[in-house]
Amino acid sequence: MRTRWQVRLGLTLAGWTVALGIFFPILWMFLTSFKTEIAAVATPPAVLFKPTLANYSAVLQRADYVQFAINSVVVSLGSTLLALALAVPAAYSMAFFPGRHTRDILLWMLSTKMLPPVGVLVPIYLLWRNLGLLDTRAGLVLIDSIGVLPIVVWMLFSFFREVPIEILEASRMDGATEGQELLHILLPLAMPGIAATALLCIILCWNEAFWSLNLTTVKAATLTAFTASFSSPEGLFWAKLSAASTLATAPILIFGWIGQRHLVRGLSFGAVK
Amino acid sequence: MTGAVPARQARTIRTTALLAPSVFPLFLWMVVPLAMTLWFSLERYNLLSPGKSAFAGVENYRYLLTGRALWVAMGNTLLLVGLVLLITLVAGTLLAVLLDREFPGRKICRFLVIAPFFVMPTVSALIWKNMLMNPVFGMFSSVTRSLGLGAIDFFARMPLVAIAIIVAWEWTPFAVLILLPALQSLNRDQKEAARLDGAGVLALFYHIELPHLRRPMAVVAMIETIFFLSLFAEIYVTTGGGPGLASTNLAYLIFRDALLNWDVGGGSAGGVIAIILANMVSFFLMRLIGRNLEDQR
Repeated sequence: MRTRWQVRLGLTLAGWTVALGIFFPILWMFLTSFKTEIAAVATPPAVLFKPTLANYSAVLQRADYVQFAINSVVVSLGSTLLALALAVPAAYSMAFFPGRHTRDILLWMLSTKMLPPVGVLVPIYLLWRNLGLLDTRAGLVLIDSIGVLPIVVWMLFSFFREVPIEILEASRMDGATEGQELLHILLPLAMPGIAATALLCIILCWNEAFWSLNLTTVKAATLTAFTASFSSPEGLFWAKLSAASTLATAPILIFGWIGQRHLVRGLSFGAVK
Repeated sequence: MTGAVPARQARTIRTTALLAPSVFPLFLWMVVPLAMTLWFSLERYNLLSPGKSAFAGVENYRYLLTGRALWVAMGNTLLLVGLVLLITLVAGTLLAVLLDREFPGRKICRFLVIAPFFVMPTVSALIWKNMLMNPVFGMFSSVTRSLGLGAIDFFARMPLVAIAIIVAWEWTPFAVLILLPALQSLNRDQKEAARLDGAGVLALFYHIELPHLRRPMAVVAMIETIFFLSLFAEIYVTTGGGPGLASTNLAYLIFRDALLNWDVGGGSAGGVIAIILANMVSFFLMRLIGRNLEDQR
């Protein structure tokens, strides 16, 4: 029995050490955000310090930070809603009325994800410029929702398939049209799955960097682009960077905590349940 | 009753209408930019000299393929993919095996391990670059200095390795996210039986857990490869592709050609090459996932 106890203690120690080690950069960012700029670059790194909220108030007082944050919220929510609106009918149709080509359509949708964004950077940039979509939130919403669309269809498809078809058939017997069936029966039943899908979508769009770095400059730039602007070597504003980054990361970490059980399904394209 | 045939026809029409909202935009997304990339790649077209675009044939490709930059970038791309894949798969497997065991606080530990995946790439790159890997003020250099080893200037000495470490930190959680549930779906009785037969922890891992993980590992490897082939934000924020070309990958090279030098033709030719490279990988991924879809029926 004693060895069992020792194994358990060893496992606990190993687990916590490794987990805290991996989490350390995030923890360090969090701690640094409460330091003064001088304490932030102290060598050796200051572990004990007098916490200050000055960085947060400095960041929040910058009008442009608020603008970037609003852009991030609008773009990630907008893209998620648009992608869901486009994907729900398709997933519904493929889950409940599968045809000969359902499998091919699903795989084809997935294959669009294989197109590397850089491969089409040039034409998208030029198209967006000519359409007046460069540096607009609409332009970013459009490209982000296309980017997540295959994942959304896949996730919804796999959630919808778990809804027993008998329930839908029963409602059809009672004379419900497809629209009613979809709105009043399926959506409420599949709500947890839809919520999980939306959550993953928000996370992906919130963190999306390639297009927001390349297609926006000032007006529609999101928090990913804003934090990237701290990479210039002139200023060492680590404490402020940490405060801004903590604000940008915290909501997504919370979403991730809530949705972690379901993320696997979307991220592996159903290859792992 | 008019019979089954008209009913089925009605249904086919309906599904088309339901599918169209997602199929049509994706179809446009696939065809239009791709056609444009292909077309531009055959043109001499620079945004700095507008009105001077002309058909150039394979000139852009010849310029790229005979130059040094493309091959360096291609090598860096593959090296980066290989290095990060190796780290994330090994670390991800070990972490999944560890987190599969029962111990107090396991759920919290699991989330701490997954957390880096939720941090936006620009933020993770900056935390690592400034607060951990900075040769003067960084955490690592103060540790190595206190050990009497001196500071390491990661981004000057080994930029590609430094970027690989950052990306591996971001993506090991992804491997854990996929591998841990796969491990948990392993039959407990089978493990118990092996243990009763006297199998140690290592034997258990090697003969039972590892074979069970083979397919999820392949999935992880291929999805990660797709993303790693076009790594961009981490390089953009940390090294800007330098020093020289030392950390320029294909994605960054195209960005540099197209949006910094405004060479639409050259950037597009690079894009076509990137697409070809990605397609070679995705071919295998699609086959694997397609087979899986079949299994579920």
